[in-house]
Amino acid sequence: MFRNQYDTDVTTWSPAGRLFQVEYAMEAVKQGSAAIGLRSKSHVVLACVNKANNELSSHQKKIFKVDDHIGVAIAGLTADGRVLSRYMRSECINYSFTYESPLPVGRLVVQLADKAQVCTQRSWKRPYGVGLLVAGLDESGAHLYYNCPSGNYFEYQAFAIGSRSQAAKTYLERKFETFLDSSRDDLVKHALIAIRETLQGETLKSSICTIAVVGVGEAFHTLDQETVQQMINAFEIVVEDEPPAADPGTSAGEGGAAAEGVSPPEEGAAPMEI
Amino acid sequence: MEFAPKQDQSKNPVLIPVDGPIQRTQYPYVTGTSVVAIKYKDGILMAADMGGSYGSTLRYKSVERIKPIGKHSLLGGSGEISDFQEILRYLDELILNDNMWDDGNSLGPKEVHSYLTRVMYNRRNKFDPLWNSLVLGGVKKGQKYLGMVTMIGVNFEDNHVATGFGNHLARPILRDEWHEDISFEDGVKLLEKCMRVLLYRDRSAVNKIQISKLTEEGVTPFPPYSLKTYWGFSSFHNPTVGAEGSW
Repeated sequence: MFRNQYDTDVTTWSPAGRLFQVEYAMEAVKQGSAAIGLRSKSHVVLACVNKANNELSSHQKKIFKVDDHIGVAIAGLTADGRVLSRYMRSECINYSFTYESPLPVGRLVVQLADKAQVCTQRSWKRPYGVGLLVAGLDESGAHLYYNCPSGNYFEYQAFAIGSRSQAAKTYLERKFETFLDSSRDDLVKHALIAIRETLQGETLKSSICTIAVVGVGEAFHTLDQETVQQMINAFEIVVEDEPPAADPGTSAGEGGAAAEGVSPPEEGAAPMEI
Repeated sequence: MEFAPKQDQSKNPVLIPVDGPIQRTQYPYVTGTSVVAIKYKDGILMAADMGGSYGSTLRYKSVERIKPIGKHSLLGGSGEISDFQEILRYLDELILNDNMWDDGNSLGPKEVHSYLTRVMYNRRNKFDPLWNSLVLGGVKKGQKYLGMVTMIGVNFEDNHVATGFGNHLARPILRDEWHEDISFEDGVKLLEKCMRVLLYRDRSAVNKIQISKLTEEGVTPFPPYSLKTYWGFSSFHNPTVGAEGSW
């Protein structure tokens, strides 16, 4: 991005009617590692890539449980994400205490968006540098929302944010029409495949990704590594048998398309690596 | 919170909070008596008389003590009428804000009941109670709900509830004669039976009762009417026959 004289302050407009500080904050989201969400009528699945900086360290937590019926996946400045998760948990528990009823996710999302908007209109603040994929339930069923640093929020059938998310988005765009009536397990499978798209040829294994599910009758929880690995193995065997089905990468706009075409034999080796 | 020792009107030592305007446990002035409510087949039936007593005087005879709240609930209140009106204002604001979200979600009777419990209990903790016993009933998505909150924050949920004298005179009748999915006609007859006993025995009851019905479709307040009473007992004919000089 270019430097210019209107980008020092979040309260300074550019002549073209833009707030550059807010746009730069949205850039921070694009630099974070990928997070994906998709939903059916009754379930929402969140998935993210967990890469540790080096072999010695642990990876950062990117999926947070906010309440039994709401969870969030973040991309961008993890510290900002943690603070916003704490706010969301606080709002949920206060509502639960007063009304003995779960806070509808649509209302939490608006409160979060209003909180983010405040930071775009105070000279002594800066916008939050984190994008949030909020998955939750309310009276009308399962919902997935995306909250961005600008204070905007959108509802999605499926979405991906973070680095190399375009590959995942392309896969989701092709498949999203089937999501509404998908079973819970199919949704998780789609989430894993979408994650694999962002890995650019790297092997998909449960140690580098996290999956979480929330649904009608199912409280928000993260799936454990073993379950995830079993699911990966299950659909990768299918993928090996049908090479044409394994080429979603070739239609992606990413430069790593060539690597995708080579991946099936590598993925056949994946289970043995664990 | 700081307390200072003082004496109340009857010279009893009392601790009151020092910070802020001096509050003390109030005395109720204009009060309503019992409210009785039951779950029935299609929803909730609630009955209360229209009396507002000023101490021992039956001063006001057209006080509406049952009000609809939002789309799904009915609130009945006994105790201080001005506090009941204050509660209606709180709930009006609550429902207004809920509607302003305009998002397909709405507060059901359980949520309103929990909210009222919090309000009543917090006021009690400040030694500044709202002097009411409230009955909150409602139907949402086929689920019937009936609950009660008192001025000290005691709250519970049941198939039939009553406030004040109703707890002592009406609930035993309801325990015997209420059953699941009671019909509308039988429900009204049962409530009338309870209200008649209260009319005979509660000195602050007036003979002008109002019954309201709440179902999934909405609230139907019925016009007020009087209960038939019978006073032709033989011992009332010559009351002084056994005791000269009495009245």
